[in-house]
Amino acid sequence: MSVQVAPALGHDETALVQVRDLVKHFPIRGSLSFRAHAWVRAVDGVSFDIRKGETFGLVGESGCGKTTTGRVLLRLEEPTSGDVLFEGKSVTQASRHELRLLRREMQIIFQDPYGSLNPRMNVGNIVGEPLEIHNIASGADKTRRVEKLLEVVGLAKRHIDRYPHEFSGGQRQRIGIARALALNPKLIVCDEPVSALDVSIQSQVLNLLEDLQQEFNLTYLVIAHGLNVVKHISDRVGVMYLGKMVEVADGDDLFDHPQHPYTEALLSAIPIPDPTARRERIVLQGDVPSPVNPPPGCRFHTRCPYAFDLCRTEEPPLVDLGGGHWAACHLRKPGMQVATRA
Amino acid sequence: MAVAPLPETDAGGPITPERGRGLSREWRSFWSNPLAIAGISLLGFLILLSFVGPVIYHTNPESTNLLDTFAAPTAAHLLGTDALGRDELARLMLGGQLSLEVGFAAGILSVILGTLYGLVAGLAGGWLDAILMRIVDILFALPGLYILLLVDSIFSPSAILLVVVISVLSWLGTARLVRAEVLTLKQREFVHAARSLGSGTWRLMMRHLLPNVMGVVMVTATFSVGSAILTVAGLSFLGLGLPPPTPNWGGMLADGTNYIFQNAWWLIYPPGLAIVAAELGVNFLGDALRASFDPRLREGRA
Repeated sequence: MSVQVAPALGHDETALVQVRDLVKHFPIRGSLSFRAHAWVRAVDGVSFDIRKGETFGLVGESGCGKTTTGRVLLRLEEPTSGDVLFEGKSVTQASRHELRLLRREMQIIFQDPYGSLNPRMNVGNIVGEPLEIHNIASGADKTRRVEKLLEVVGLAKRHIDRYPHEFSGGQRQRIGIARALALNPKLIVCDEPVSALDVSIQSQVLNLLEDLQQEFNLTYLVIAHGLNVVKHISDRVGVMYLGKMVEVADGDDLFDHPQHPYTEALLSAIPIPDPTARRERIVLQGDVPSPVNPPPGCRFHTRCPYAFDLCRTEEPPLVDLGGGHWAACHLRKPGMQVATRA
Repeated sequence: MAVAPLPETDAGGPITPERGRGLSREWRSFWSNPLAIAGISLLGFLILLSFVGPVIYHTNPESTNLLDTFAAPTAAHLLGTDALGRDELARLMLGGQLSLEVGFAAGILSVILGTLYGLVAGLAGGWLDAILMRIVDILFALPGLYILLLVDSIFSPSAILLVVVISVLSWLGTARLVRAEVLTLKQREFVHAARSLGSGTWRLMMRHLLPNVMGVVMVTATFSVGSAILTVAGLSFLGLGLPPPTPNWGGMLADGTNYIFQNAWWLIYPPGLAIVAAELGVNFLGDALRASFDPRLREGRA
């Protein structure tokens, strides 16, 4: 049976971003030849939509391909196959000139607030660089706009001629956010936006992102390995495992009624801030298989407590269980929205 | 249009200096390093001696006096005279100009070549990088000194020829170093950020990569200058450097050793010590720069 990889997922032509069957394989090359002798299947046929104005959370363990998905979406990497449509226009087919224009619309915020700012440039030049690149402003005009951006993200005008090393982690992340905002983009990909920050600073930065979303009508793709962050700010959530999307649903629905065994296991790992509460913790056995040689059938079958014969041979398609809740599991049939797992 | 005020701890609060990579911190550590001061003093002394010295010490380095050969240092000739009765100190100054000029020019030119090559190879990656670096491997296998000797014996040696040949033969190490540095920088998020902002290759190279390899480049530049000075001196010592009458330290040292049995120590020690001082100065300076700017050493100090 050929696997239906949800070409009709959402079928939402009004979505800001439509990701279709995205595949990214990285070659593993020998030291002497340029021919790849193996491929890392980082992203292996992923489809989802990001609607205008929403926050789409993408979660999964490290190495599941979520960061690669984000980077291919912005075409920081060339996809192996598949397509990304931004407002109906193909990002993957865009010419140099078209891509340059698209860059204004989509920006990225990085995980590492230490590595994401050029240590040799001061804040004014870092935040003002996008304005220069796109010939939007220079000189005094640029300075004025940068000062405004710094205030928007909660920094002060006087910070403009300081260098990155003079700031704390949270402040640097704000500088990165100001830079992403400079071009007034529609979409911002937040790649682990707070995982490198102190817990006390994390909520401040997340709140800032939420405030900015309302103020500037932004759409976010938030990539995170921790469900806490995603739960806090996402409208919809996609769960990835080994290069595949295994479940997509509205945030509340996903957290209250997970349909894929992997999501269930992930959710059971979130600590409950109540010492008297009891929850059965599902501890997954074994390690994540190598993306170089993923298991046949359902990729999760090697660790799934419910796996049966079909799972080992046939890959489950991502199907709509109803109400916009999609899952890729042989135990779930289209249209059956199951309230709780038996 | 500002958002709600944020707690002082994070936003807008006092900026705490912390371990970082900013300019000032590196230069501060450089200037507090005694090696840096020693290196700058030695080089400064030699540069003053060679370029300001002749302004004060008015003696023609090329006027011969066959009645006053092999004169030991006196008030008239502070470092004595050579086999043709020429003033040794005046020749040391003039020779210093040439040795330092050729050394600095060749060293710096080789570093510029190597830096550009390494930048292009590292940024391009893939097969272009592989080809460029195999070319470097091949050139590394050629014995530089023999090529220098060959070129020197085919063409009549001049300062410009020396500069060109030495730099063409000595940029390889810099190219490898800069390429390696670029390869690591390329994976840093600020480079990805610049690309996602739409910056082109040129901007990436000039604004993001070059400023961040400058530390490494400065360190290799000093060592390159040092080895270029030594190469010029070595060639001249072998009689293949610049033709007479233009003096240079290597040639003067070679001359002096001819008269070693005349006990004319003043013909040997001054040029020899000048070469040693130049080498020491450059190496002290390079070590001090490396201690402050090399990312690997810096981590250890931080």
